[in-house]
Amino acid sequence: MCRRYERANVAETVKTIANFSCPAPHSAKDTILLGHGSGGCLSADLIRNVFLPAFHNPVLNRLDDQAIVSVNGSRLAFTTDSFVVKPLFFPGGDIGSLAVHGTVNDLAMGGAKPLFLSAAFILEEGLSMEVLERVVRSMHEAAQAAGTQIVTGDTKVVEKGSGDQVFINTTGIGIVPDELNLSANRAQPGDKVLLSGTIGDHGIAILARREGLEFESQIQSDSAALHGLVSDMLAVTPRIRCMRDPTRGGLSSALNEIATQSSVSIKLTESKIPVREEVRGACELLGLDPLYVANEGKLIAVVAPEVADSILSVMRQHPLGKNANIIGTVFDNRPGMVTMRTALGTTRIVDMLPADQLPRIC
Amino acid sequence: MKYIDEYRDGHIARAVASQIALSCTCPWVLMEICGGQTHTIMRYGLDELLPEGLELVHGPGCPVCVTPLETIDKAIALAKRPDVTIVSYGDMLRVPGSDSDLFRAKAQGADVRVAYSPVEAIKLAGRMPDRQIVFLAIGFETTAPANAMAAWMAKKRGLRNFSVLVSHVLVPPAIRALLASDANRVQGFIAPGHVCTVMGCADYESVVRDFAVPIVVGGFEPVDLLQAVLMLIKQLESGEARLENQYVRSVSYQGNLPAQEIMREVFEVADQKWRGIGMIPQSGLRLRNQYSDFDANRIFDLDLISADEPAECISAMVLQGLRKPTDCPAFAIRCTPTNPLGAPMVSSEGACAAYYRYRRHVPAV
Repeated sequence: MCRRYERANVAETVKTIANFSCPAPHSAKDTILLGHGSGGCLSADLIRNVFLPAFHNPVLNRLDDQAIVSVNGSRLAFTTDSFVVKPLFFPGGDIGSLAVHGTVNDLAMGGAKPLFLSAAFILEEGLSMEVLERVVRSMHEAAQAAGTQIVTGDTKVVEKGSGDQVFINTTGIGIVPDELNLSANRAQPGDKVLLSGTIGDHGIAILARREGLEFESQIQSDSAALHGLVSDMLAVTPRIRCMRDPTRGGLSSALNEIATQSSVSIKLTESKIPVREEVRGACELLGLDPLYVANEGKLIAVVAPEVADSILSVMRQHPLGKNANIIGTVFDNRPGMVTMRTALGTTRIVDMLPADQLPRIC
Repeated sequence: MKYIDEYRDGHIARAVASQIALSCTCPWVLMEICGGQTHTIMRYGLDELLPEGLELVHGPGCPVCVTPLETIDKAIALAKRPDVTIVSYGDMLRVPGSDSDLFRAKAQGADVRVAYSPVEAIKLAGRMPDRQIVFLAIGFETTAPANAMAAWMAKKRGLRNFSVLVSHVLVPPAIRALLASDANRVQGFIAPGHVCTVMGCADYESVVRDFAVPIVVGGFEPVDLLQAVLMLIKQLESGEARLENQYVRSVSYQGNLPAQEIMREVFEVADQKWRGIGMIPQSGLRLRNQYSDFDANRIFDLDLISADEPAECISAMVLQGLRKPTDCPAFAIRCTPTNPLGAPMVSSEGACAAYYRYRRHVPAV
C-alpha cells in the first residue's frame, strides 16, 4: 500500500526468500517495479534471483532481520536499513526518528543490545536547511532515547529531481548475549505467537497524510524503539524462538516468512489481533486489509507454550506492549502456510501479497 | 464499529446459516453479482456455513475484470506519450493488457498516478496546464456518478487538458444476458447493494418480471450475504420470484436521484464490450456528444486499438458463473496474482484472486 515506503534493508529483504514460489510477472523479470520494494512476493523474488546468488554465505542465508557474527568471542548483531518515506514528517514521527527506530528494532529482534549507529544521507539539491536540521535533531533525540550513539556518517547531494528531499540509510551494531539464539527458522509445533499491540497504525498514518485523507481523529504512527520491551521479555526467559518487527508487508508477511523458514504452519485467531477502531475504519474505507499494513513499533514473538503467559504479562506491563495478545499457534502440517480462524468460526488463508495492497475501485 | 461489527457477528451469522439449512430442502444455484460480495464470501468462508447442495456462483461484478483488454492497451498507449499523465483507480494498474501493464509503463518512465477520486485528476489538470491529464473512467454504476462529475467539472471550468477514457458497464443488462443464455444455471441473484444505492431497484423489478427469477438486493458483510441467501431460498422453496431488499440501511427504491441526474447529463447508454464475455447490447455508458471534447478516444484517436484475450484464460466462463476458478488448469500454477493470465486474478474483487488468496488449499490446521 505504501508506494513510497520501500525500505531497502538487505538482510531484511534477503530473509524473505527461502521457499516462496510465487512466480514473478513477466514485467517484473526485466524491470524493477515499485512492488519489488513492498516486502511481498516480488521482494522475495528479488532476493532469491539477484542478491542471494551473488552474495550467498552462511550468515546471510539465515535471512533474519540482522546478521549475527562472532568477532573475538563476542556475538555481534549487524543490520542496515534505508528510509525513503514520504511525507518526511507525519503524525507520530518523521523520517529521522523512523531511521533510528527501524535499525534499532532490527537489532533488537535478534536479541541484541543496540550500541552504535551510522547515518548516511542522500540529499536532493534545493532541500531546505531547516527541514534537514529538524530531521537530524529528531534522529539525535531518537538515538539518545534508545541508548545508542550515531558514531559515523556520510553525505551525498544529488541533482534536483534525482532524489526526493532526503533519503537516509542507517546501519547498526549491537551485542547479542551468549545464551540467545533467535531466528525465524526456530518456530516449533505447539509454540505460541505473541503480538505486542495494534496493527496498521504506521501505514495508515502515512497514507492518510500523503493522500490528504481526513478522519475524525488523527491516526498516529506507532514508530518506536522496541529494544526495551525485548529486554524485559528476554529477562523472563531466553526461550524465545524468534522475533520479528512486522514492518512493510505487515503482520501477514512477517508470519509467512516465519512459517516458511521454520517449515511449520501458523493458525491465527482473528478476534485476538488488536486493530485500532480508526485504523479499521480507514481500512474499510480504502478496501485495505490491516494484516498487510506496515507497523514500525510492534513485534511478534514465537515462544515455547509453557512460557507464553509469563512473557505476555511482562509485555503488557511495558508501555509498548500494553495491548499485547497471544494471537496464534504453530502447527506441523502444511509447512509455510498461515491460516486464520475468522470471527465466524470459518478458516481462511492469510497469504503473502505479490506487491503492495491496492485500494479497491468501489 | 457501527454497521460493521453487528454484520460480522459470529453468533448472528451462525443463526442465519442454520435458518438457511432448515429452509433449504433441495439444491439451488445462486449468484452474487458483485466482486466485493465474492470477496466477503471467500474471506469469511461463508460457503462453509451453507448446506450441501446450495451453490454460490460468482458473477461478473468486478469492474477491473470486465474492462476490455483494448481499454487497458489504450491506456498503456496513452501513458507512453510524453505529454500525457494517466490517472486511475489503484487496482487498474496491475491489470495485464496484451503485453504490458500500467505499472510496467510507469517503471519505464510513464507518468501514471493513482487517485481515490476522479476529482483529484481534475485538480491535477489545473496544476499541470502543460500536460494532458487522462482519467481512466471505468466501473459500474457505482463509479459512474463521480466520473460524470469529473467531466462535468472539466466542462464547467473550460479545461482543455483533461479527458476521460470511458469504459462503463451496467449491471441489469448483464443479468439479462446471463439469464437469456442457454448455459445459464443460476436460479436466484444477489444484486449488488452499492450499485442499487445509486440506481435504485426499478431495473431489477423488470428482470424479475421478465425472467421469473428471484432477486435480493444484498449488502457486503457476512450477515448481509447470509440474510440475502436466506431470503432467496425462502422464495425459491415457495416457488416465488420477487424483488426484495436486504440492504435497506443503504438502498432506497428510487436510489440516489442527484447521482442519477449527473450520470444522465454526461453519459448515454450504449452497447458495451465486457472482457471475457463479449458485446452486450445497451450494457454500457459513453459520453454524450456535448462532452466529446473530454473523450480521450476522440482526442487521441484511439479507436483503432483492439486486442484478443489469452487463449488459456477461462475468465469468460468464470465471470458468467459457469465455471469456478479452481476448474481452470492454469489456476495457481501458470496464473497467479503476480503473473495473472486474466483480470479476475488481479483485482481484489476478482473471483480467481479471492479463491487464490483465501482458498488455494483447503486449510486443515
